[in-house]
Amino acid sequence: MREYETVIGLEVHCELATKTKIFCGCTTEFGGEPNTHVCPVCAGMPGTLPVLNKQVVEYALAAGIALNCDITQHCKFDRKNYFYPDLPKAYQISQLYLPICRNGHVDIEVDGVKKSVGIHEIHMEEDAGKLIHDEWEDCTIVDYNRCGVPLIEIVSEPDMRSADEVIAYLEKLRLILQYLGVSDCKMQEGSLRADINLSVREVGSEKLGTRTEMKNMNSFKAIARAIEGEKNRQIELLEDGKAVIQETRRWDDNKCASYAMRSKEDAQDYRYFPDPDLPPVSISDAWLVRVRAAQPELRDEKCTRYVTEYELPEYDAQILTASKKLADIFETTVAICHKPKEVSNWLMVETMRLLKVNEMDPEDLKFSPENLAKLIGLVDGGAINRPVAKEVFEKIFTDNIDPEIYVEENGLKIEADDGVLRSTIEGIVAANPQSVADYRAGKKKAIGFLVGQTMKAMKGKADPGMVNKILAEILNQ
Amino acid sequence: MAITDATIEYVAALAKLDLTDEEKERAKVDLGNIIGYVDTMNRLDTTGIEPMSHVFAYNNVFREDVVTNGPDRENILANAPEEKDGGFKVPRTVE
Amino acid sequence: MDITSLSALELGKKIKAGEVTVEEAVRAQLDKIKARDSVYNCYVTVMEEEALKRAAIVQKKIDAGELDDSPLAGVPVAIKDNICTKGVLTSCSSKIMSNFLPPYDATVIERLEAAGAVVIGKVNMDEFAMGSTTETSYYGPTKNPWDTDRVPGGSSGGAAAAVAAEEAWYALGSDTGGSIRQPSSFCGVTGIKPTYGSVSRYGLIAYASSLDQIGPIARNVSDCAAVLETIAAYDAKDSTSVQMEDYHFTEALVDDVKGLRIGIPKGYLGEGLDPEVKEAVLAAAKTLEAKGASVEMFDMDMVDYAIPAYYVIASAEASSNLSRFDGVKYGYRTPDFEDLQDVYKKTRDEGFGMEVKRRMMIGAFVLSSGYYDAYYIKALQVKALIKKGFDEAFEKYDIILGPTAPTTALKMGENLSDPLKMYLGDIYTVSVNLAGLPGISLPCGIDSQGLPIGVQMIGQAFSEKILIRAAYAFEQTRNYERPACVKGGEQA
Repeated sequence: MREYETVIGLEVHCELATKTKIFCGCTTEFGGEPNTHVCPVCAGMPGTLPVLNKQVVEYALAAGIALNCDITQHCKFDRKNYFYPDLPKAYQISQLYLPICRNGHVDIEVDGVKKSVGIHEIHMEEDAGKLIHDEWEDCTIVDYNRCGVPLIEIVSEPDMRSADEVIAYLEKLRLILQYLGVSDCKMQEGSLRADINLSVREVGSEKLGTRTEMKNMNSFKAIARAIEGEKNRQIELLEDGKAVIQETRRWDDNKCASYAMRSKEDAQDYRYFPDPDLPPVSISDAWLVRVRAAQPELRDEKCTRYVTEYELPEYDAQILTASKKLADIFETTVAICHKPKEVSNWLMVETMRLLKVNEMDPEDLKFSPENLAKLIGLVDGGAINRPVAKEVFEKIFTDNIDPEIYVEENGLKIEADDGVLRSTIEGIVAANPQSVADYRAGKKKAIGFLVGQTMKAMKGKADPGMVNKILAEILNQ
Repeated sequence: MAITDATIEYVAALAKLDLTDEEKERAKVDLGNIIGYVDTMNRLDTTGIEPMSHVFAYNNVFREDVVTNGPDRENILANAPEEKDGGFKVPRTVE
Repeated sequence: MDITSLSALELGKKIKAGEVTVEEAVRAQLDKIKARDSVYNCYVTVMEEEALKRAAIVQKKIDAGELDDSPLAGVPVAIKDNICTKGVLTSCSSKIMSNFLPPYDATVIERLEAAGAVVIGKVNMDEFAMGSTTETSYYGPTKNPWDTDRVPGGSSGGAAAAVAAEEAWYALGSDTGGSIRQPSSFCGVTGIKPTYGSVSRYGLIAYASSLDQIGPIARNVSDCAAVLETIAAYDAKDSTSVQMEDYHFTEALVDDVKGLRIGIPKGYLGEGLDPEVKEAVLAAAKTLEAKGASVEMFDMDMVDYAIPAYYVIASAEASSNLSRFDGVKYGYRTPDFEDLQDVYKKTRDEGFGMEVKRRMMIGAFVLSSGYYDAYYIKALQVKALIKKGFDEAFEKYDIILGPTAPTTALKMGENLSDPLKMYLGDIYTVSVNLAGLPGISLPCGIDSQGLPIGVQMIGQAFSEKILIRAAYAFEQTRNYERPACVKGGEQA
């Protein structure tokens, strides 16, 4: 078999984190009963007109700057015309002729090899509605809640050569967008969607092969599988002397196979033209300066700062900054309790463990930094011991409880009264003459049993150090 | 520019019109005349002229990112030819 | 006295003075409509019940002194059927919208109602405002009150005919390529197409978004100025809306044109212009000259290219704007379908008339792959040149004067079979829309067939006050001519 090279370019659709839709004042909140986040404008009622949400431009600019793009200072919106029930106006307001950003790049690293992936352009557009297939009546129900939610489409150059590079690119992109606050990038909710343009060619060939476009992948893993599957399909075709057909294919992750989407009945001629309802957007130098100045610290900078400012190990800094949410929790908690190592430990160990157990992403974390800080304060002040703290943390993780109240209400505080502990220990010593004898005979390990018995009697609410100290005092008398 | 049968088929498909043969014939003649007349624009040299989509040079008309609309499903669906489960009902879309 | 013959402002005054109640005005108008509309077919919907209900509300406000600043409070108004009225059929005179009840009011309706207007009905038009005869309406043609064998013009033919036949004191029309001015000319009334952006388009069902503008049609310049003062305003819902410096249009109702510089493009008097129309328009210019204006003929290029550019741009936008009528969300849906493509194609084929289909196909063609640059971009370049031509002319003149239409009202059916011939009738009006300028048409004479002739004045962008002043001064030299049917107050 000949040796092939895979050439991949990505079109990433990313829903922006605005409160309202791109052209009307409807909420962008995910979900909701069908057609409850809809007004005459986003339902495409005749006579209605679009008015651009300024925040969409701000977010697109932030993304473009972070992705090293040239900004189109005079950009405008175009209409993309086609009929489909999820598109109520029968045109999508998008940008073809003058997209807001062009010629950017993203630096990625795979297995220690660094590479730059070109960004062809970023444009602003409106999302379409949702089609719900009703199997019972064999019909389709149209819901316009998502219709008009602002998107940026980030179009890469065909610079990627493997699934690993694609994943690295997407992860990098996701982190940048999350750090910017431009999008929550939740693939499950469709706020980050990637279409994959893929072709194969013989190694050494300059000419690009015929590409296909794949849609409908909702996780990084599915994307990796889809790339592998499509690459193999195309190579097999070529090896069999057949041609790859330029088409749009749908990836079925359950069957691990792609199939051609029935080609639209009509030729795809979108008849783009400038939208007469929307005046152009003019981005002044001053505006750009302002956006640049407001750019938040991105992941790489943050990671470096964690190592220098908080003296965290590089590894920890990497993990903590791999999610904007986690980094936010870390920093806010540290700002309250000033114990970066403690906070890092809770996040690196217990939080990660619970996320894994619950099959959650850091983005799903619900607990407040205040409660984590309080917990750390409780441990630090000796009010609770570590095993109890772990138990309390689980409660914080699931229900975001206030640990101070919780510990109080459940009587989990370490018994501070020396008298109670001492008399309990005296009782334990009296009840276990054998262990006492063993200890005094030199079997120093026997103290462990007595500590355990004491902790049990104290229902865990004793500081093991203190128990050890008092026991030693009594036994050595 | 001659308007052929194929042109009419193509534009009718783009406009989603199910024309009868008679309508197609008539459209071919009418469009031929109109496009032929429109072609008189070509007598005019427009080299270097910036195409003008907006007649006035305004820009940056924005709204603030503030929710102004609440649920209004009843009104949105009031004119629907067919509705089901709070949505617009259409024949099954092919995937 | 028949109050339906009063001007809108005169009626407004009588209502304020307590001489006429709002209900009396509404009932008088309803009676006229009942008596005459079976002949002229101006109305698609007569809102008898709603208007009477609203009359009571407005009357209370007037009595309470809440509408003292609104000279048109209580005066009923007819609305072109492409302007959305909440809960009231807004059909665009099309089968495809023959059941559409908008869930919202257009901004102009909100503004009129805030000023105490009573909407009395929705008036007929060419389907989706595409036409200049009002013959393409799904609800049948409107007839010209001056001669029922003739068209009222279009597309705001129902509005102009209603005003002329005294079935309305005033009306709102829309003008994309002459649709307010040309029917005003054909029906012997006055209509203003305001500067693009001065009146909100929110709620106006779009034909060609970059050209459409709502404006008043009334029996004199003063009424038009008062209506424009009410409806013109910046609207945050329309991104192409413009904040004007001065909305006090009625202040311009001054009989003085001394020093006003008037230019007449030679190209507006050339081939195709009816000699009687030419004579009347030149006489109008002479009249203004006699009142102290200067009048000059000048060469303006591009006149010949306005129609091609207009039809390319308007059709392109229309093909996109009208795609939303697909039988899914509102309006007509074919009863006979198997699949989604059927719903689209049959609904649209059955729902739209031939002229609308024609323009959607032209629009699809000029935007389609391979033709976009040759047609659409070319037309936008021509538009730029037309705008430039006007800009240069307005360095020398305050007003450009010419005919509104090449002829007086045409016979019914005359142009229906030949769309191109119909398009050519728009020669003096379309360039005003392409350049976004304000234009007014008002009567300047009667031809030998007894039909009214209109003169058009065009101003610089946002110079409505100059335009109104010139038109008002000219109007003072004439008496308002009524069609025979209303002269005696007898017939119909």
